[in-house]
Amino acid sequence: MSNIPKDLKYTREHEWAKAEGDRVRVGITAYAQEQLGDVVFVELPKVGTKVTAKKPFGVVESVKAVSDLFAPVSGEVVEVNGELPNKPETVNQDPYGKGWMIVVKPSSKADWDQLLTAQQYEELLKQGGH
Amino acid sequence: MDTPLKRTPLYEAHVKAGARMVPFGGWEMPVQYAGIVEEHRAVRGAVGLFDVSHMGEFEVAGPHARVVLQSLTTNDVAALAVGQVQYSVLCYPNGTIVDDLTVYRLADDRFMLTVNAANIDKDWAHVTQHTEHGKDARWTNVSADTGLIAVQGPRAEALVGRLADQDVTKIGYYRFARGRVAGVPALVSRTGYTGEDGFELYAKAADTARLWAALLGAGHGDGVQPIGLGARDTLRLEMKYALYGNDIDDTTNALEAGLGWVVKPAKGAFIGGEALEKIRAEGVRRKLVGIEMVDKAVARHGYPVLKDGRRVGVVTSGSYGPSVDKYIAMAYVEAPLAGVGTELAVEVRGAAKAARVVKTPFHPSRVKKA
Repeated sequence: MSNIPKDLKYTREHEWAKAEGDRVRVGITAYAQEQLGDVVFVELPKVGTKVTAKKPFGVVESVKAVSDLFAPVSGEVVEVNGELPNKPETVNQDPYGKGWMIVVKPSSKADWDQLLTAQQYEELLKQGGH
Repeated sequence: MDTPLKRTPLYEAHVKAGARMVPFGGWEMPVQYAGIVEEHRAVRGAVGLFDVSHMGEFEVAGPHARVVLQSLTTNDVAALAVGQVQYSVLCYPNGTIVDDLTVYRLADDRFMLTVNAANIDKDWAHVTQHTEHGKDARWTNVSADTGLIAVQGPRAEALVGRLADQDVTKIGYYRFARGRVAGVPALVSRTGYTGEDGFELYAKAADTARLWAALLGAGHGDGVQPIGLGARDTLRLEMKYALYGNDIDDTTNALEAGLGWVVKPAKGAFIGGEALEKIRAEGVRRKLVGIEMVDKAVARHGYPVLKDGRRVGVVTSGSYGPSVDKYIAMAYVEAPLAGVGTELAVEVRGAAKAARVVKTPFHPSRVKKA
């Protein structure tokens, strides 16, 4: 079973969300990067972009596939990992660390409570991912 | 889609090695083992083993085998000596492509054709139906009895040489010899689909797993790795080798696909010959070119190619090229825009991303042309 840190929340589309004060840091899970294989391209929104929970905010591409990135929470993008477009392999190497994608300032607290806990996400993976 | 997937003699070995298995052209094949980029680099830098047993093999034998092949394929079979291999194309009467293939001259009156896995049934129908009545040429489909392992990379010669009962350095590019490799009777062919030196080893299906294990074992010091279809695709893309179903099919003709070098009308009549002569005389309307992305984006099969906002072509294959460290693609574009250096764009998710036509292969070929 893939690494699923206990202190993070998760989406059904395999993004993780980390509470950092009044902000939320976002990336994709270890399981997601394993399934994708070598990540060769990452497209992220600009700082200031409004993102909507459960809607795509960017794109990650492996050699074989294109996948949308889904926002765990609605709000404004306040930080973007500018390293990723030049070093997309970081997503494979360190999905929960240097492979983070964006930081969002949520517009409400409601979305956060909808996210999966680590235990719920683990259950999801046990059921086959979807 | 409900037909059960076929498995090669190496299926168990792939699963045991932890390969990710995927459906491909009706077969359950390994797409990757360690990871596509790592496998790609192993082939460019050391040696990789590919299970290509899913490919089809037909034999045709008899006093008229050669004339039958002359009428079926675009290349000149008369120029093919015993022990030689020839890249060729099967065309429809309008010059579009049934399949691309390699032709082996096993003896004066006996040939083997290696065809794409997904096309075996279609090709079999095509070659047997278009063998003129009364010609003495017997076709045999030996696909199911034949395993095929490609050994590719700068260490391939050393690895195969260590296990072979003959001096494989003497086998020239696009030539073959029969012998034993690790005790297994094999046809040792100096061919491949990666742009690296190497061999393709044809063996009996029942012997293929033994041959695979022997190569993996003996190649340990060479850094040998099993390679999946994912890296096979990025390796061939860097060479601009066409893949049937992506870059060539029954809607593309052999000339626009850049396969004019294997279309030999001087040899006499063949299926598609007249149409291709006419196309050649008039000039092709579009050409398959190599494209490099200027803006960061991955061009993929089916994405539109634009010039000043106008649609001028379509991407047929595209990916990150690990050895060139760029996003590269193959695309059909209008012939006047096919020149190296032409500035184009590829439409990626609604946005025009700058690209340009570049010289190919994208990565220098290191096949042993002796």
